[in-house]
Amino acid sequence: MLLTITTTTSPATDLGFLLHKNPDSHFTATLSFGTAHVVYPEANHDRCTAALVVDVDPIALVRARQSSSGAELALSRYINDRPYSTSSLTSVALIKAFSTAMGGRCKERPELVNRPLSLEVKMPVVSCAQGEQLVRKLFEPLKYEVEIHPIALDERFTQWGESSLFAMTLRGEVVLAHLLSHLYVLLPVLDDEKHYWVGQEEVDKLLRQGQEWLASHPERDLIARRYLRYHHDLVDQALSRLFDDESEDSTNGEAEQSQETSVRLQSLAAQRRVAVREVLRSLGARKIVDLGCGEGRLIKELLSEQGIERVVGLDVAHRALKRASLHLQLETMTPRERSRVELLHGSVTYRDSRLVGFDAATAVEVIEHLDPTKLGAFESNVFGFARPTTVVVTTPNSDYNSLFSHLGEGEFRHPDHRFEWNRQEFDRWCRVVADSYGYSVVISGIGDEDVERGASSQMAVFSR
Amino acid sequence: MSTLRLPDLCLVVLVGVSGSGKSTFAAQHFLRTEVVSSDFCRGLVSDDENDQSATKAAFDVLNYIVEQRLELGRLTVVDATNVQVEARKSLIDLARRHHVLAVAIVLDMPIDLCIARNGARVDRQFGPHVLRNQSSQLQRSLRRLKREGFHRVYHLTGEQEMAQVLVAREPVWNDRRNDHGPFDIIGDVHGCIDELVELLEVLGYCRAAGEDAYSHPEGRRVVFLGDLVDRGPGTPAVLRLAMQMVRHGSALCISGNHEVKLLRALQGTKVEVRHGLGESLEQLRAEPSSFSDEVAEFLDHLISHYVFDDGALVVAHAGLPASMHGRTSSAVRAFALYGDTSGESDEYGFPVRYPWAEDYRGSASVIYGHTPVKEPVWVNRTLCIDTGCVFGGSLTALRYPEREIVSVPAREVYYEPAKPLGVDPRKALGREPGVLDVGEVLGKHIIETRLRHTVTIREENSLAALEVMSRFAVDPRWLVYLPATMSPTATSAQSDLLESPEEAFAYYAKAGVAEVVCEEKHMGSRAVVVVFRDVGVGSHRFGFETSSNGMVYTRTGRSFFGEEDLGQRFLARVRAGIEAAGLWDELATEWLILDCELLPWSFKAEDLMRRQYAVVGAAAARSLGAEREVLEAVAARGMDVTRAIEQLNQRIGDVESFAKVYRHYGWPVGSLDDLQLAPFQILAGEGSVHALRDHAWHLDLIKRLPEADPATFRSTRTAFVTLGDRGSQERGYAWWEDLTREGCEGMVVKPTQVVHFGRDGLTQPALKVRGREYLRLVYGPEYTDPQHLARLRTRSLGRKRSLALREFSLGIEGLERFVTGEPLHRVHECAFGVLALESEEVDPRL
Repeated sequence: MLLTITTTTSPATDLGFLLHKNPDSHFTATLSFGTAHVVYPEANHDRCTAALVVDVDPIALVRARQSSSGAELALSRYINDRPYSTSSLTSVALIKAFSTAMGGRCKERPELVNRPLSLEVKMPVVSCAQGEQLVRKLFEPLKYEVEIHPIALDERFTQWGESSLFAMTLRGEVVLAHLLSHLYVLLPVLDDEKHYWVGQEEVDKLLRQGQEWLASHPERDLIARRYLRYHHDLVDQALSRLFDDESEDSTNGEAEQSQETSVRLQSLAAQRRVAVREVLRSLGARKIVDLGCGEGRLIKELLSEQGIERVVGLDVAHRALKRASLHLQLETMTPRERSRVELLHGSVTYRDSRLVGFDAATAVEVIEHLDPTKLGAFESNVFGFARPTTVVVTTPNSDYNSLFSHLGEGEFRHPDHRFEWNRQEFDRWCRVVADSYGYSVVISGIGDEDVERGASSQMAVFSR
Repeated sequence: MSTLRLPDLCLVVLVGVSGSGKSTFAAQHFLRTEVVSSDFCRGLVSDDENDQSATKAAFDVLNYIVEQRLELGRLTVVDATNVQVEARKSLIDLARRHHVLAVAIVLDMPIDLCIARNGARVDRQFGPHVLRNQSSQLQRSLRRLKREGFHRVYHLTGEQEMAQVLVAREPVWNDRRNDHGPFDIIGDVHGCIDELVELLEVLGYCRAAGEDAYSHPEGRRVVFLGDLVDRGPGTPAVLRLAMQMVRHGSALCISGNHEVKLLRALQGTKVEVRHGLGESLEQLRAEPSSFSDEVAEFLDHLISHYVFDDGALVVAHAGLPASMHGRTSSAVRAFALYGDTSGESDEYGFPVRYPWAEDYRGSASVIYGHTPVKEPVWVNRTLCIDTGCVFGGSLTALRYPEREIVSVPAREVYYEPAKPLGVDPRKALGREPGVLDVGEVLGKHIIETRLRHTVTIREENSLAALEVMSRFAVDPRWLVYLPATMSPTATSAQSDLLESPEEAFAYYAKAGVAEVVCEEKHMGSRAVVVVFRDVGVGSHRFGFETSSNGMVYTRTGRSFFGEEDLGQRFLARVRAGIEAAGLWDELATEWLILDCELLPWSFKAEDLMRRQYAVVGAAAARSLGAEREVLEAVAARGMDVTRAIEQLNQRIGDVESFAKVYRHYGWPVGSLDDLQLAPFQILAGEGSVHALRDHAWHLDLIKRLPEADPATFRSTRTAFVTLGDRGSQERGYAWWEDLTREGCEGMVVKPTQVVHFGRDGLTQPALKVRGREYLRLVYGPEYTDPQHLARLRTRSLGRKRSLALREFSLGIEGLERFVTGEPLHRVHECAFGVLALESEEVDPRL
């Protein structure tokens, strides 16, 4: 991994004083995952370049990760671009090699510490899956001129196109310590990964390195989110500490805006739950099983309904049930409340006697996650074997998809969807199922209704 | 001296006042563990056998123990006073629930004796009034015991009778476990005498000279499944024939529902004359009345089911669930005669029958009739062989233990069916036959395998497998087999290699293997290919009615081609290739399962190549190239970085090799012509598992495929190595070196005989020896750096090897179960097990 810093502010060799590294010698520092070197490929009065070369030891890296992040055994831990592209490893090397400079101290040339210099940073391989746009959004507000060249994946397989890697040059009149802190924070943000566990101290690091510039950076939310690996509590904490001493209204506008989008995104799921609740309430269902309960959002709402005796959630993903257990706070429920809810690990493609004897079964946005070849098993297990009095099934209405600007032609709303039906297809399926298993069915829409394309989601209520 | 006769399996209820000697009696005649005493249970829950306040808890425990024992089919004796009707009722209910006969043994001792005995005991001081009270309850009970539901009541009065009595156990009527056949089991005849005679002759029965009964020269016997009578033209003739054979000992007969009704009619009970009963009565009226008496006598003695062949075979007219095999109760009889009915009627007025066979999980094969089907189909080890002869279908027999079906067609429609014959019993049941029960896969499971005794699937592994199976795998009916993981050879003794053939040869030599075969390891994606000889042919074997060429799935059970039509077109080529190579006929099968590698790797793994390998290659080349420029500039400034530049050049070389390796395994797939299948084993076909045949057999047959169609099939280079022969091993080594030098992934070393047991048990069925260059894709582009290699050499193979053996045993087990026609859930258990084991944590580089 390589990064070079060049100054053309003469006397350029002052860079050596600022970085505390003599241009005529070779500096080496040992890192937990390898070795950092600083050498000078050029050092004269007009132009001086320091090169930070990091030799990453891939085996040491794997072993370090093994101890910190538990056992996630995938081959990607052994075959990856970590030794070659910029990442959080680069940040660690920066602070190890240039800690004095980053701290804004210089014994020999104290007057240079706060002076902007003409600086140029070159990185032959920067990794950023979001591409050039994000690179510019992060560095241009900091007054850099950004030059960026995509790197082809493999010249032998031209059809594969570009990689998520870039060769990048930043130029600007900037204080060296600031430049280093920008790199320190933003390289891992671009890469969107960290090689170590992110905890409380990361908030302090972010605020310390970003104190001069983060608060006014237009992408500060994104920076905080990615730097703190999407730990909501850490991100919230960092952002609120960041604005401790600022007036409140400077952030209000944006906060509202982002809240608005999230409300809109959540609304469909919430509307679905409301619709399902309404159905169950009107039918007076007392024992309900939620098939594919996920994190248990519907269960939580149903538990607050009076008259519901028992809610059982079933999911095929054991992890989802663990999250549901946390979300529902099963551990701290009163015995009476606890006796009303149960989470089961199981699968709608296997017959399950635990699902017999319910007034209603719900399958909210579940069937589209099943392979079409397994729908038959779902049908016979739910309608033929478990046979609740009512079955509520919701699924996206693909007619509506063209109204989603982010979806391309024929694209599904979720990468795991195996199919998305239009209203006609859903209607046909519902009738066949109802006929085969002796149910009657009523179909309706959920969510915003378009005159031509119908509602965003469709719901079938089967009864017998 | 009198003898108390007890059925082998029954609930013995001792009845007697305190001090009447029940415990002593029980100890004399029964095993200690067969006796459950209320005093003992009282002690269990309260530490005091006489603590009357613990009586309720004690009886809860007693009932529980009795229940568990009856469930397991163990004779059980209840040692409690049982003088009260309520106490006996709960025990009788318990016996009924488990379809076990209850027998009462009353110990009717003089009351003074009991009082004296009680008085002598220091630990128990009941007042005499308590005993007198018990005694009068007992006396009141005596007359009603039989009515309470006891199958037999033995009343022993006085010490002498009690001391002299013997207890004998006898098998229940239906217990013919010691009878191993061979049998010819015949389905519902319904008076079709012509077809019955024809069928008997086809089966080889004849009337020996001077005999009126049919018999078989080899001593085979017929088992009639009931419903001999009604509807058809020759009920008396059929009855006569069956009765003669039963009398002669060449047939056994169980009762069907029609026999029951006919008997009641003959006995003068008023019954509704329908469903063909009228025909029988009319035909019988034409016979002498003595014949009707004979028939009544015969029918009256028919029982409702038999258990044969050490419990492996059960016959019952309408079938029988496992919990009822060998049991006796009116519920068992009702089920055996009428099936799983609930009292509901369908639109034709026939009772609704529930699909008990779908739920059947017993180990015995159950052969039954009662419900006409077009064709007999095994469902979970059950088979209905009523093929509706009287309705114009056919009369069917099952030869046991051969399990061959023999049918003769009906000569005419003798009786119009009130409702259409079921096309497929599974369809008639309205349920997908592919439906599996979650209880059979979730939680800890122990799977019996023939090769390796048992394989344990831990709960946490089945958790992960359930998700993969439900969300990603193909329909479980396809998943007859999942390939086992394969261990690499032990780390090479040569310091610049991780793997080399010597260690593999040494492993097999040490295990006592004489010869191994080395097979070229293709770098593609593992593919299990299920292929049919023709569209639609063979698919019924897998439980499908689809017109499909088969299925190709990955090592984790995912569809290889997804919904794409490409897969079906590819299979059509495979099928044609097999045809051209003559394998369909030679292996006498209409379907085959092949274990293969499908190339190119990029077809399935292009995303991985791009995301992982190409990214690393591109990043490494750019980064190291730029570093070299920097170092060269540093050198130009007069600093000595020669060594660093040398090292960098080495690294750049490594990274170039890395890119060369992965590129070698990818080529664009525009059409079928770009895909290549390299089969290396023929796993199974109709009637045989081939997977355990020696590798030379497989290679000989498989070799013909690329000869027949070189575009679709890729040949696999092989070399045989005789272990212990240095020249042969050296040639094997050189062969591997040549292969890997030109970019081949490596080779797989297998004992030629496939299954080999050494001193440490089952020997690894295969070890892989991967090439030095290929391993860059596994251990990293620069793993050959001596510094890296030195650390990578310590790797532990134990877990991988154990996993490989367990998965191999399961894979073979699944195939064997499938080929022998075991039910889906038994086959699925093995594939599920492999998937579950694959979630065990193992170094993915091995």
